Amino acid sequence: MAAVLETAALEKHFGGIAAVNGVSLAVEKGARHALIGPNGAGKTTVINLLTGVLRPSAGRILLEGRDITVLEPHKRVGLGLTRTFQINQLFLDLTPVETVGLAISERMGTGAQWWRLVGSRSPVTEEIVEILGRFHLTDVMFERTGNLPYGKQRLLEIALAIACRPQVLLLDEPAAGVPEAERHDILATVAALPADVTVVLIEHDMDLVFSFADRISVLVNGTLLTEGAPDEVARDPRVKAVYLGESLNA
Amino acid sequence: MSATRPSQDSAAAAAPRMGRRLTLPTQLWSKLEIAFWLIPVAAFFLFPKYLTLGSQILITALFALSLDLILGYARIISLGHAAFFGLGSYVAALLAKHGIINEPVLALVVAGLAAAVLGFATSFLVLRGSDLARLMVTLGIALIMREIANQIPEVTGGADGLQGVTIAPILGSLQFNMFGYTFGGFQFDIFGHVAYTYCLVVLFVLFLLARRIVHSPFGLSLRAVKGNPLRSSLVGIAVDRRLVAIYTVAAFYAGVAGALLAQTTAFASLDVFSFERSADLLLVLIIGGTGYLYGGLIGAVAFKLIQDSLATFDPQYWQYWIGLLLVFLVLFGRIYGAIIAALIFAVARWLQLSFFECALIMLAIGLGYGHIQKGLKLLDGAIARLVGHARSATPMLAHRKP
Repeated sequence: MAAVLETAALEKHFGGIAAVNGVSLAVEKGARHALIGPNGAGKTTVINLLTGVLRPSAGRILLEGRDITVLEPHKRVGLGLTRTFQINQLFLDLTPVETVGLAISERMGTGAQWWRLVGSRSPVTEEIVEILGRFHLTDVMFERTGNLPYGKQRLLEIALAIACRPQVLLLDEPAAGVPEAERHDILATVAALPADVTVVLIEHDMDLVFSFADRISVLVNGTLLTEGAPDEVARDPRVKAVYLGESLNA
Repeated sequence: MSATRPSQDSAAAAAPRMGRRLTLPTQLWSKLEIAFWLIPVAAFFLFPKYLTLGSQILITALFALSLDLILGYARIISLGHAAFFGLGSYVAALLAKHGIINEPVLALVVAGLAAAVLGFATSFLVLRGSDLARLMVTLGIALIMREIANQIPEVTGGADGLQGVTIAPILGSLQFNMFGYTFGGFQFDIFGHVAYTYCLVVLFVLFLLARRIVHSPFGLSLRAVKGNPLRSSLVGIAVDRRLVAIYTVAAFYAGVAGALLAQTTAFASLDVFSFERSADLLLVLIIGGTGYLYGGLIGAVAFKLIQDSLATFDPQYWQYWIGLLLVFLVLFGRIYGAIIAALIFAVARWLQLSFFECALIMLAIGLGYGHIQKGLKLLDGAIARLVGHARSATPMLAHRKP
């Protein structure tokens, strides 16, 4: 299968520190690809480089064969690359209806229209209702996002990414900080993503990683330690050492 | 308002009731809004002697609406918004003086477009950098515009201002008679009847347009950018382009406001570019609030009336009191700030306090800020219990209702 998202010798330096150091990654179409590693390994930095939040110091990023290394973030979204954030990045003053509608309008190319009222285009409103229903947000759809409980906000964080209808979805610790009772909703929505959507998952919860991923890359100190199928990675003594070492220190 | 909100009892009930069209509560005209617009109409009949002041208020309101579009909806702060006001002013005055475009309404649009071109061209400078950088860049552009106008007296009249401007009747070519009344061809009169009506109509039309813009998908994307520029770009919004667009629109509004001033006074001078004009505008928005469109209008009324009444009370030192009011508005919020400032003003006049003594009172209040805040919170709680429901100090027209 062809790689839909590829990086070649990706590097990012902050001052003298190499946060990402020569990472070459290939994510296949439709994959459930997990990116794991101890804290500070550079996982989130990789996501930031992929989505254009940060500019790489060196190396290249290819999306379906197209070089997107220096492409502006919003254009990458247009090409089907979307992400969620480890710490919610939401529009606190908007309602879930407005938040999701925003992404749908942008995707349909109607986001810059100034002569229509928001909500007057039925394809948009129908999709808003559908997505909010899928993410259990219907009952709070007119609430201010900033007033929602954390679990609901976390669902909206993912719903917003889904509203962009991504080809490749980068999930940065989707279940982070979610109370146990609401965790199930999030995991279920992640598991229910369409099979043709490629998903790259960053996660610390190993149960989730091993139940979800069909491929795992291990990042340590900004470099790829190993990559393979879940059982290969689980057997790898170096991976064990990294995680055991970390837990012994902790 | 609540009638349009779908039932929140169950997820199943909400979807079908919404239908294919989704009307957000904020899009509807509330009774309060309609009442608000009846005030300037009533003022026309109630205060015929104050129509000149009324025109000034309406022009300031339009100018403030312009700044609110970028400050309240895109968080672009500007200390040089007079650059567009001034350009619109001179363009309108020059068009009339040289008979290039005699029709005031058409000249108004052309003046606005000229300002919009300047806005578009300078937006790329303004978008760079932090708030502080934006303050300096906008301030600089206004200074440059003023100096250009000063340096070409053969065109602008320089420091003397542009004299000998005659404004043709409004809609002169469309004049017709019906039912014994003459429509069109409204000549500006010395009482300001036509000027006031003209300003009010222009303000209302541009307000309707602004209202449409902020409730459109474009306006929604601006609010998103204002709240979280990072995430905005990551849902596919071309952030910079949206900011350029709204900055250009705001420049158009400011240009029209400037043109209104030139047309209603038949004069333009370097004063239209002045720093005070830009700074006063921020004051207007601090008084009225930003991000709900009415802030500029309410602020303009309040600011001009305060300015006007203080100038009659204390013609020499009214700016002292404006300054004092500003300090307390920012420290204690709109309602308490105004009350405290008014109390000090009253006490100072009653006891014949000197400015120095007033300044000492201000300093004392500043030092006791924490305690006063605590006291006001208790007071808030007490009032809330009395009224039965909490009402924050935010403007009543604010659309951000939970």
